[in-house]
Amino acid sequence: MRAPHIKASLFVVIALAFSVSSQAQQDSTSAGIEAYREALQDGNPADLYVDSGAEIWKKKAGPKEASLEKCDLGLGPGKVKGAYAQLPRYFKDTNKVQDLESRLLTCMEKLQGVDTTEIVKAAFSSPKKADLVALSAYISAESKGMKVKVSLAHPKERQMYDLGRRLFYYEAGPYDFACATCHGQDGKRIRLQDLPYIPSAEGAAKGWTTWPAYRVSSGQMWSMQWRINDCFRQQRFPEPIYASDVTVAISSFMAGNSNGSVMQTPGIKR
Amino acid sequence: MANPMKIRATNKDGITEIKILMNHEMETGQRKDASGNLIPAWFINEVNVDLNGKSVLKAEWGPSVSKNPYMAFKVKGGKAGDKVVCTWTDNKGDKRTDEATVS
Repeated sequence: MRAPHIKASLFVVIALAFSVSSQAQQDSTSAGIEAYREALQDGNPADLYVDSGAEIWKKKAGPKEASLEKCDLGLGPGKVKGAYAQLPRYFKDTNKVQDLESRLLTCMEKLQGVDTTEIVKAAFSSPKKADLVALSAYISAESKGMKVKVSLAHPKERQMYDLGRRLFYYEAGPYDFACATCHGQDGKRIRLQDLPYIPSAEGAAKGWTTWPAYRVSSGQMWSMQWRINDCFRQQRFPEPIYASDVTVAISSFMAGNSNGSVMQTPGIKR
Repeated sequence: MANPMKIRATNKDGITEIKILMNHEMETGQRKDASGNLIPAWFINEVNVDLNGKSVLKAEWGPSVSKNPYMAFKVKGGKAGDKVVCTWTDNKGDKRTDEATVS
């Protein structure tokens, strides 16, 4: 009678030892990734895009030969400092909740007289979108170190946030996937990378406050719209239209959840 | 026209630390474009850094160096106010020189 009992407890000990060592290994790997990220912080190539974005902001362009310097990002015409930390927000003139990139399209149309149809349709890596990516690097950098302060007071802002939350849990596509499939539980990882739990303040901030970012593996600067678009691609969803309400909604959800966290933009990623 | 680099240099206890972030595509010559044609190699192959007119670093690079290369190194000597000048040349013969002051 005793023997099987001993065997069973031995098995438990072995299983325990194994799980401890694999846990330790995982911890040291994520610590290694963390150290690598820290090393990258110094000399972030996103800074190069910040500079070119600042130039594009001041450059006269479009049929109206105007710069974007009078663009109202929510804090008044031309006010860039801190604007990104308060986006997306409701804009009276368009009667819409807009994120940075959809707002920039509005400014390009109104101030510069640019037809943005082709820009919206263009691939993210194409030169047509390059200006918007650089601008988002520059404008997000002007909010670095500031606290996220996204208003959800206006009914349309609230509506956008709620739509974003519904979208986050919305399962669809050939894989029956949702954002929540990967980002809906705390303490999960994919391969060896930790997955932030987006509905929590800490998890949302991990994503929201570090994009736009430079991706070392591809050598590309990615705007938030690009990041979101690729999330949908990875879920095998139909590709959302650039700067459409659905993309602003998911941003509203993330930004609203990160309120109070500190912007670290532009970030750097593997 | 090549885009500017970002140079930072600081002196502490007689040692100057120089950090340079360069703006370059660094194409390896191994990749293909959407239509299957080889993208020609295009990379920085020579780097020179001067500290107050004296060359302190010379490097010969190849296609294995990453896009937008970042280089940081320390040199004995130098002081605040010294001039750092970095010049690179790529395999197409394009050149770029930028400078910064040691702080």
